Amino acid sequence: MKFSLGKFLLPTYVALAFVFTMIPIVYTFVFSFNEVNKSNIAWKRFTFDNWLYVCNKQEVCEAFGNSIAIAVIATAISTALGTAIAIALGRYRFKGRSVTNLLLFLPMATPEVVMGAGLAAQFLNVGVAKGFWTIVVAHVMFTLSFVVVTVKARVATLDPKLEEAGRDLYGNASQVFWKITFPLLLPGIAAAAMLSFALSFDDFIITQFNSGPETTFPKFVYTAAVRGIPPEANVVGSGVFIVAIAIVMIVQVRASRKAKRLAK
Amino acid sequence: MAFVALGQGSAGSATPTKTSRVAFILLAPGLIYLGLFFLTPLVSLIITSLKVSSPTGEIGMYDFGFELGNYAYAIGQYLPQILRSFTYAIIATVMALMISYPIAYFIGVKARNKPLLQAMLLTLVIAPFFISFLLRTFAWKQIFSNDSPVTNFLHTIGLLAPDQYVIGTPFAVVFGLTYNFIPFMTLPIYTSLERLDIRLLEAGSDLYATPAKTFWKVTFPLSLPGVISGTLLTFIPISGDYVNASRDFLGGSDTAMIGNVVEANFFRIQDYPTASALSVMLMAAIVVLVSMYVRKSGTEDLL
Repeated sequence: MKFSLGKFLLPTYVALAFVFTMIPIVYTFVFSFNEVNKSNIAWKRFTFDNWLYVCNKQEVCEAFGNSIAIAVIATAISTALGTAIAIALGRYRFKGRSVTNLLLFLPMATPEVVMGAGLAAQFLNVGVAKGFWTIVVAHVMFTLSFVVVTVKARVATLDPKLEEAGRDLYGNASQVFWKITFPLLLPGIAAAAMLSFALSFDDFIITQFNSGPETTFPKFVYTAAVRGIPPEANVVGSGVFIVAIAIVMIVQVRASRKAKRLAK
Repeated sequence: MAFVALGQGSAGSATPTKTSRVAFILLAPGLIYLGLFFLTPLVSLIITSLKVSSPTGEIGMYDFGFELGNYAYAIGQYLPQILRSFTYAIIATVMALMISYPIAYFIGVKARNKPLLQAMLLTLVIAPFFISFLLRTFAWKQIFSNDSPVTNFLHTIGLLAPDQYVIGTPFAVVFGLTYNFIPFMTLPIYTSLERLDIRLLEAGSDLYATPAKTFWKVTFPLSLPGVISGTLLTFIPISGDYVNASRDFLGGSDTAMIGNVVEANFFRIQDYPTASALSVMLMAAIVVLVSMYVRKSGTEDLL
């Protein structure tokens, strides 16, 4: 057989690669059920207690709450700013387009440690005390470009004739935007918001440089790693994983249903 | 609407139109934000990298200056870590490419007519993103810890000498770096392979090219844009990472990378000028690298 290599070797390889990528996820999940006295290294006994009483480990819950609050605020701001830029890039001609593209590309091509240290140096030079809001400022900065890229892809698929039709029917600019453009862009905006939330929630390096005494979930894990990470942290990590996978699956099922309906 | 010319425009447009004003209003807030919190911090970094120690000699206090010696000091002090960062980043990027390409090929070409399988596999690719980066890395530390079943097994079969361990070695750090950035490599390659016209592969085999020849002459060159952006998306974060190489995670005493040194200088020693000089040099190296790539592919494509 000419393609026997591709027929058996490749699927086997891909299956093994996925087993490999899943190992740490399964490990984290399994060890969230471990009964622990001191450190969560060796397996002792199965228990639901870590899940039922996550907030007994107060630092974990507090850090988790902070991370959620920061991610929500940063996502709202960066989604608004980024969507505006994406619409401008996809819909309007203007001078300085290549400079704009470069400015948007640069944050994605800059190592986090450089952005983190740079912003921290700026806060230091200006004399701003670091805390909750400096983390928000930092997160909006590094998520903005990702929002633009994601929404821009959606703007590109939008048929300008639909907006023209709206104007022909005497819709004013704001009616055309809110009744036509915005609803059509919504899936792209939602995807961008989810991406931005995920990036903000999981960020560690930029956060460490700009957080001062404020803690976030990744920062808690990093600090706790010296002595060993408590199982409650595994609970939070696994819980977030399950919720995120559920959201992705719902989105995919709905998208495939919609595709089927449109095909009919 | 682009044809409606109305009164005075702004944004310094040559043809003042209503649209250029709208574009300006849409662009300004976000771009000003990036100017304030992305561009000026890079300038702050350069300013800080040139500062001199305060005459009072207090720890963490520096005066504005033009001390280029900070760079010489940083290089002299941390050359091994600088070289190590790029060595690790190159090895991990190549490893990630070799692991990711077949996965991307399978999802983008072989699974093309099975949308459900394709969607499931793509979910599996991004699944690691949904669990904390630090928890993932720490899980590997536990799996390879000195008393773990895996390490004991490696001792039993003789792959590791009795006094050798996995954690703390360059191997462990490169392993962690490779693992953590596989999705960044797989997704862009998948995106370019998804667009590949399968008829081109059939044409290759019709013309009596071997599968290997078809791959290297047709498939791979057409997937090059994906390979390029995947390489950048992997190499850049790896070169600045300090979690994997940290002693609390997969690293040891001889695995520190630039990021670890920047972190230590910033937080522990509070030597901000040295930390900034190292960051500026890392950024400069990345800019050189990216501009070499961009010359080949163009920024618009990378976005």
